[in-house]
Amino acid sequence: MHENIFKINEKEYILPGSRACQGCGLSLAYRYILKALRENTIVAIPPSCLCVLHGLYPTTPVIVPALNTTFASNAASASGIVAGLDALGKREMTVLALSGDGGTYDIGIQSLSGAAERNTNFIFACYDNEAYMNTGTQRSGATPQGTITTTTPILTKQDPKKDFLKIMEAHHIPYLATVSPAYPIDLYDKFVKAKKIRGTRYIHIDTPCPPGWGFPTRDTVKIGKLAVETGLFVLFEIENGRFRFTGRSKTMAERGKLLPLVNYVKKQRRFKDMSIEQLKKAQSSVNSRWNEYLKRAEG
Amino acid sequence: MSDIRIITGNEAAALAVKLAEPGVIAAYPITPQTKLAEVLSEYVESGELKAEYIRVESEHSSLTVCMSASTVGARVFTATSSNGLLYMHEQLHWAAGSRLPVVMCCVNRGVGAPWSIFNDQQDSFSQRDTGWIQIYCRDNQEILDTIIQAYRIAEEVYIPVMVCYDGFILSHTMMPVEVPDAGTVKEFLPPYKPHTFLSPNDPKTINPVFFATRRENSEGILCDGYMEMRYKLQAAFEKSGDIIKNASSQWAEMTGRDHGGLIWKYMTEDAELILTGMGSIATEATLAADALRNEGIRAGVVGIRAYRPFPKKEVVQAFRKATAIAVFEKCISYGYEGGVCSDLKAAFYGTAIKAPVHDYIVGLGGRDVKTEEIVDAARTTLESIRAGKTDNKITWLNCYTGAQAEDNGWGVIRGDPQP
Repeated sequence: MHENIFKINEKEYILPGSRACQGCGLSLAYRYILKALRENTIVAIPPSCLCVLHGLYPTTPVIVPALNTTFASNAASASGIVAGLDALGKREMTVLALSGDGGTYDIGIQSLSGAAERNTNFIFACYDNEAYMNTGTQRSGATPQGTITTTTPILTKQDPKKDFLKIMEAHHIPYLATVSPAYPIDLYDKFVKAKKIRGTRYIHIDTPCPPGWGFPTRDTVKIGKLAVETGLFVLFEIENGRFRFTGRSKTMAERGKLLPLVNYVKKQRRFKDMSIEQLKKAQSSVNSRWNEYLKRAEG
Repeated sequence: MSDIRIITGNEAAALAVKLAEPGVIAAYPITPQTKLAEVLSEYVESGELKAEYIRVESEHSSLTVCMSASTVGARVFTATSSNGLLYMHEQLHWAAGSRLPVVMCCVNRGVGAPWSIFNDQQDSFSQRDTGWIQIYCRDNQEILDTIIQAYRIAEEVYIPVMVCYDGFILSHTMMPVEVPDAGTVKEFLPPYKPHTFLSPNDPKTINPVFFATRRENSEGILCDGYMEMRYKLQAAFEKSGDIIKNASSQWAEMTGRDHGGLIWKYMTEDAELILTGMGSIATEATLAADALRNEGIRAGVVGIRAYRPFPKKEVVQAFRKATAIAVFEKCISYGYEGGVCSDLKAAFYGTAIKAPVHDYIVGLGGRDVKTEEIVDAARTTLESIRAGKTDNKITWLNCYTGAQAEDNGWGVIRGDPQP
């Protein structure tokens, strides 16, 4: 894997001094996303951690053009950018809508579903940090069962995480992939590939968040790797309906062994009140999904 | 040779949009706007209009698509009605705050609950403070001409324009409409050249978080805070009145059709009694004024064409000789009175105009308003003022108000239907 690092675009599109938190998984992912997509890119931003990262007027550390919009409307905003560029004959641009899990699973699902149904020519990427982190860790549709958040402060979240990848797959879009900033080369490769495909491309980013998840800021990559190695988050891509493991998950599938989920859970304060039953349920759902993916990879 | 067609208000609007040549159209169907969205899709699919037509999944998205397309430099159009407009509420503010020259038709319809598909103006009235220019049309010809003017206005002052016309009464009623030739429209409305647009050649983050205070940029230049940005919108509104008037008069020079700039007047010069309103109800008031003149009452009509910016100077000038004023409006600010009535009284404050203003709430949810009802109401207003009554009064015209009417003294004119 070491030699691949040299093919990554050396240019930086986020200058030093962003307002993101120390150890931010989004910052790491965004850095490699922009390296992959390069100059001719316009980014659509809803209110979220990304909006904070982009800075306060009149300064920004990001040197690609970006348009802020309201929470529910990011995919529609990207649709508008695409339509405007098409109308003006500027067809060589890449349009990226980058929303958090709230702006994807919850308030943003309507406009995303509409844009995907129209096969709008854009990349929608969800950086999933599993709660409303920008407002201080409130529960979202992406929060796993058994998580302490500021709106599930005592009993933990009782409902399981929404299976958003299935929802997006049901839109029969040309490209769907999962990535983690803990594996930047896999992430980079998938965005480079996505850039070349026309139509709606959906990329899901598992995004470790030190303050929201409760782990030391130096452990972002470690936590991201554990998510993959326990099989909780699986690296794959679905291109025109064909499923394929990638990167570390591919190796795990070949070796046939996952780490126990508790290794991941015990390292994060947000799971401190998770019950044994909840952990067992989560482990069994990881196992059954993993087996499902193994079957799909064979077929 | 002039091209006169017998068409509905929605068809007139669609023709105007075609002539204005937007690059992007986005729409979501809602009665009574629907036909407009349908005709435009036909123009685009047949190739008569070269535009991207985005068939969105909601009104929130239709305005969003238009805003973002405008941000990269395209001319845009959308249209809606009623609850569709309310669903856009957040984006209405966003469009105005972004200073984007979006043009939208609001085909006026009552809002739920309870449901009504029929006409009143509560939808656009309730969006008054979102920072959009609002122009109300009195007939189908004015709809066509106003949409073309709206692009000129919006692209000059960078404020979005809402062209409002009454659902069914205009949207579904056929009238003769003169269609201008494409050359005339092109001369009046050259292609849109935005002063700022989003592009990788000059990367910017547009609409990021602002502080309340002004801040320096990386070059040490002090830039606007949130409040300066808001002030600039208000300052743009203050000059928009002249821009609306210029667009109107230049269009009149080119086509011979003058709909008035901010207001229009009908026999007001010697009028003791002035009837006023917005949209088709004001057109109907001109028939009432004719009838009142036949009775020997010197009546006239002022039509409020631009509701925002509110034509303060123009209404003071137009109403200065009136001894009685009757407002007919299809909207209300609950807990107070109709919006046009409030704004007129505020404009008159501190001027020589002391005439009482009677507010008639009419036609909500499509309740029919007959010309003779307007005549009766206006006559009642004049008689009570002649009898020395000086109070401002609010009346729900042709509405059964039951025992409450007697309790609080709100009058019920005739035709009081039983429940």
